[in-house]
Amino acid sequence: MKVTLHVWRQESSEAEGRFETYAANDVSPDMSFLELLDVVNEGLIESDVEPIAFEHDCREGICGSCGVVIDGSPHGPHEGTATCQLHMRSFADGDELWIEPWRARSFPIKKDLVVDRGALDRIIEAGGYISINTGAAPDANAIPIPKDDVDAALDAATCIGCGACVAVCPNASAMLFTSAKVAHLNMLPQGQPERWSRVARMVEQMEAEGFGNCTNHGACQIACPKEISIDFIAWLNRDYLRAQRKVG
Amino acid sequence: MKLDARIPDGPLTEKWERHRFEMKLVNPANKRKHRVIVVGTGLAGGSAAATMGELGYEVDAFFFHDSSRRAHSIAAQGGINAAKNYQHDGDSVFRLFYDTIKGGDFRSREANVYRLAEVSNEIIDQAVAQGVPFAREYGGLLDNRSFGGAQVSRTFYARGQTGQQLLLGVYQALERQVQAGRVRTHSMHEMLDVIVVDGRARGIVTRNLDNGEIRSWTADAVVLGTGGYSNVFYLSTNAMKCNVTAAWRAHRRGAGFANPCFTQIHPTAIPESDEYQSKLTLMSESLRNDGRIWVPKKKGDQRSPDEIPEAERDYFLERMYPAFGNLVPRDLASRRAKEMCDSGHGVGPTRRGVYLDFTDPIERLGRDAIEERYGNLFQIYERITDENPYRLPMRIYPAPHYTMGGLWVDYNLMSTLPGLHVIGEANFSDHGANRLGASALMQGLADGYFVLPLTIGDYIARHEFGDIPDDHPDVRRTEDEVRDRVAKLVGLDGSRTVDSIHRELGRLLWEKCGMSRNAGGLKEALDRIPELREEFWNNAKVVGSDRDINEGLEKAGRVADFFDLGELMCRDALAREESCGGHLREEHQTPEGEAQRDDERFTHVTVWEYTGPDSEAREHRESLSFTEVAPSQRSYK
Repeated sequence: MKVTLHVWRQESSEAEGRFETYAANDVSPDMSFLELLDVVNEGLIESDVEPIAFEHDCREGICGSCGVVIDGSPHGPHEGTATCQLHMRSFADGDELWIEPWRARSFPIKKDLVVDRGALDRIIEAGGYISINTGAAPDANAIPIPKDDVDAALDAATCIGCGACVAVCPNASAMLFTSAKVAHLNMLPQGQPERWSRVARMVEQMEAEGFGNCTNHGACQIACPKEISIDFIAWLNRDYLRAQRKVG
Repeated sequence: MKLDARIPDGPLTEKWERHRFEMKLVNPANKRKHRVIVVGTGLAGGSAAATMGELGYEVDAFFFHDSSRRAHSIAAQGGINAAKNYQHDGDSVFRLFYDTIKGGDFRSREANVYRLAEVSNEIIDQAVAQGVPFAREYGGLLDNRSFGGAQVSRTFYARGQTGQQLLLGVYQALERQVQAGRVRTHSMHEMLDVIVVDGRARGIVTRNLDNGEIRSWTADAVVLGTGGYSNVFYLSTNAMKCNVTAAWRAHRRGAGFANPCFTQIHPTAIPESDEYQSKLTLMSESLRNDGRIWVPKKKGDQRSPDEIPEAERDYFLERMYPAFGNLVPRDLASRRAKEMCDSGHGVGPTRRGVYLDFTDPIERLGRDAIEERYGNLFQIYERITDENPYRLPMRIYPAPHYTMGGLWVDYNLMSTLPGLHVIGEANFSDHGANRLGASALMQGLADGYFVLPLTIGDYIARHEFGDIPDDHPDVRRTEDEVRDRVAKLVGLDGSRTVDSIHRELGRLLWEKCGMSRNAGGLKEALDRIPELREEFWNNAKVVGSDRDINEGLEKAGRVADFFDLGELMCRDALAREESCGGHLREEHQTPEGEAQRDDERFTHVTVWEYTGPDSEAREHRESLSFTEVAPSQRSYK
């Protein structure tokens, strides 16, 4: 099949960006979307043009490195799919596709389709952990945890930190990301001692990074390649309110 | 090069405890005066950096991703072993030790493996306390499953994403130390060399992948947790950025490389669909519990599998191994599948695949039961191949997956380059010639949380460390060498892409130095690799500058090191005139076609010393002795 790509090119964070158009004429429907970019890049290298910069690594939807906006949708048209798991058979012969980086003030563009997502790490640094030193742990079976509770915590913990939730949100909010980590730890008995300070500090950091707030648009849970539910945002808001009373 | 494994005296079961007592300690108030560099933040590097931060050392952690959470440990699916015996099925530290030694086909060190089994239990405690949501029973206690043919249920898991959940635990512990100011993290930094001063590893040179800045960092000790080298084969289940450069640069500075030819080939990956394929995706081995593997009896049969009648199918594993059938170990399943394809019976568009058929179990147990067991795997398969495995058999093919070989380390996890410590998949230590399922996560975390942070203290306590000024001649010289090399790489202006040459190297190694090798093929590869290296340096092409993000340049540096490593792998495979673990040297097999070890001549670790760019590596041997488990010959007939 053949597709035409309009790809966002931008030399650096300071430079002006623009769309460049590339034709891909020998596309196999079994290729992944990133393999299509590989092929386009091989062609660019052969003709002495600098290849398109994009993030990627595991190519099986778990490392959270990849992610581009395809025709306005982060990670493309399918739900529950990271860009690396999207195959060209999802598109039609002759399609024209518009490829852009995540766009959010808190994710400055570094080059082409690569953005700086360091803000997400800093939200975790603010309190997204349980303070336990190596070697100090009690026996793993000392605290029984109901299966449903641990399954719910795991639903939240599946977040891969790709940033699609921010990219799709009209407010560029990182609430889905932050709530997933808060819920993962605050739902578990091990997370209780730091529960209130954790949620307060992480929300404070999220705001300091310039992310917007949640207005219950709900686009994030549709863009999320791990299908994390916005129920966790409600959970975060409730814990945050309670924390305000406790932490004062 | 002198190989002293420094295994503590005393009975096996007391060695680690005795060693912990005999090691020198660093005064708690003095720890902050010692800086340690950690390269890589996967399970091994990340846990080591966090734990040393907790202990009070000044830690600098370097990684080439944008976040430390993206290391390839994240992709591990199956689980992590521990000798908890929560299932009361007869497991013990000794049994886990025994299974690991046997699984490694008697090519690993008893003392290391025993320690690994001992600390396995603490890993589970640690992970649970951090909030790792392992699967649980309805009673609220931890669930276990039997994995990779183990006779006991000792594997802890979190759905199909155990690696991710364990790595998030490590990442959280690391970020906590960042917040506490004890660990400094350096994202987008790739290590390109080790700085050696007075015979000791005292720092590294990095390239900042965002802006190209090359600079030196000094410390009292250096730790590499930089993973394995399966990507030497081009196509593997490893992430795209996995490489050997950090380990290889250390090797060139004096760290011996052990058993490079010991690589693991996993039998159940999804086959490549076309030449654009960039990596392979693993399907859990558990599929072989119910699926039946077959190929058409007729060579080159083009019919759809549902049109091939029962009588024209060859269930080759069931035919060759009536007792074990489709559940033979990884290496046998992989080798037989490749042989079938090489002899013309392969299926699928590239003819490199065999069928894994669920028709019988679906008829026997019902579709619901199969969906309950394998639903998510069937979904992954369908997403990638666009074929419905409930209706048509899956196609699978073996894929490089893990490397047991790596930098040689002693009991303290220190390489032959003093001060340079190596942990996790990057070292050679615990898996011998073959790794058991669910043991990679265990080893990475054992090294990082429980072994290295203690043994490195002994090294630091026993030496004096003066400050190294930035303009020290060894620092300047190493940095200059890195600059020259980067300049050479960015100046490559031939006509071929780096990937196209890498693909050629990968195919060669897969055919000549994969799961089945012979002297003739290895010699051929040893002739061909220098030609490919020539081709690379004369005809590869890198576009763009060395002053900003340039993935082509990064890739070129990594592939350049793969040529040298590939050559050493072939040399190592040629020297090992026996079959062991996952490797068949075709000249050494039993009349039934089984791998045949030669314990008399090869009960040793082969360690290669770098002797310069134009001379062959020198071979050294660490002989292994088995006092607790007597070597035996396996049989699956």
